[in-house]
Amino acid sequence: MQIDFKHRLSAHCESGVSSNLLFHYGVDISEAMAFGIGAGLFFGYLPFIRINQLPLTTFRCEVGGILKGLTRKLGVKMHFEKFRNPQKAMAALDRSLESGTPVGCRTGAYWLPYFPSAYRFHFNMHNLVVYGKEGDDYLISDPVFPETQRCSQEDLVKSRFAQGALAPKGTMYYLTHVPKDIDLREPIYKGIQTVCRRMLKIPGPIIGVRGIRFLAGQVEKWPRKLGKRKASLYLGQLVRMQEELGTGGAGFRFMYAAFLQEAAGILNQNRLLDLSAKMTQAGDLWRSFAVIGARTCKDRATESDSSGAMADILRDCARKESEIYQELLAVVKMRRHGQ
Amino acid sequence: MKISEVPQERGIMPQDLHEVCYAVDEGGNYVLVPSAGWDPKNVANHQAWEIIQAQVADVLGDIYAGRLSPLAFHMAVNQMNIPLLSKYVRMNRWRVKRHLKPDVFKRLKSDRLKQYAEVFGITVEQLLKVPPDLTHGVKEIFNPCR
Repeated sequence: MQIDFKHRLSAHCESGVSSNLLFHYGVDISEAMAFGIGAGLFFGYLPFIRINQLPLTTFRCEVGGILKGLTRKLGVKMHFEKFRNPQKAMAALDRSLESGTPVGCRTGAYWLPYFPSAYRFHFNMHNLVVYGKEGDDYLISDPVFPETQRCSQEDLVKSRFAQGALAPKGTMYYLTHVPKDIDLREPIYKGIQTVCRRMLKIPGPIIGVRGIRFLAGQVEKWPRKLGKRKASLYLGQLVRMQEELGTGGAGFRFMYAAFLQEAAGILNQNRLLDLSAKMTQAGDLWRSFAVIGARTCKDRATESDSSGAMADILRDCARKESEIYQELLAVVKMRRHGQ
Repeated sequence: MKISEVPQERGIMPQDLHEVCYAVDEGGNYVLVPSAGWDPKNVANHQAWEIIQAQVADVLGDIYAGRLSPLAFHMAVNQMNIPLLSKYVRMNRWRVKRHLKPDVFKRLKSDRLKQYAEVFGITVEQLLKVPPDLTHGVKEIFNPCR
């Protein structure tokens, strides 16, 4: 049994799944647009959450947040379910597939057999779409792989019930109602507003633009505080979080720039084009940070690659992004006043 | 990032795969461009694997010295610690911890061993065995980046 589902390769799993699921129901929405309306862009440096004993830095909002924000803003209804019992979870998946509904699942990447071994870490926030079943194999549209994949029942159960931090607990979701005509304009404004507020206005030092500045200070301190070896591990982890499979480059900054560009066309707002270009520059800065970071990790740092230089790049990123969000908020506000 | 700047530095990504990046073309428009990998990413990933490999080597040393049971090796290779493994096998932490002692592990009944083997996706015979020596380095024993 197989549903006619169009598999489209994307840079990031959750926004890719969102865009592919909507496309199945006739809403042609790009990955970047899904990411932007779902308000996926974020920054948080969370040293008290440890992954492999190293602090967590996140460049996106919480898991599931993009999908929830997107469906809510577009008026799309989604059924979302968690399970305790693996048999029940698989039976529910089978029932949905029988009725011709493609199903999104949250899974642990470690247990997916088609993942290359070098990418198999315990990472429990991977989203994919199941679109059919043949014998004991499930047919899977995993948005970060160029081709569709297969996964045995046994492996999919393990993956849906992966344990550890943010365990997926068999989470699955499918769309139940998609409105006929969707006007993207208001959702775009709302999505932008959400991102700007999060990046500028959440109190405390570790979130948003202030979080980037805080991280800059930490990066500067790491070599003295932790010693060379540990500082290099912290940096390596940071580079992975920023660039690893799924961000589309520069911790989602390029994807967001692509969204702003597309939004400029839909809203007829040329200012957004300039801001998109500015966001690209911010992304390029993040990339240059990763280059120096990796050189330091490999112990090939040149004279000018000090932790101070890296911190300065991060401060540049913060300054640039802060300007962008402020201008974006102004664009949103102007619209509210009916201009 | 311009299209020409999209890195094609294949490291840990297998030959038949690629990922996509967002990049701008000459007209300044964003397009999706395939990428085979990027050196800074490869460095960071290799570093992450080296930490795990170092753990595996440590554990093997302890197993050869009779301080740990083979279970510790499979736990390390699967990037697990006691809390995570205990969740997968649905046992108490202290119990899993006890099974890491060679003497206790030797006396385990076959259904207990099967429970562990199933989680790791191996047979019971494989569970009882560890690589015989470390003379060729841990990378010969465990290297997912190959």
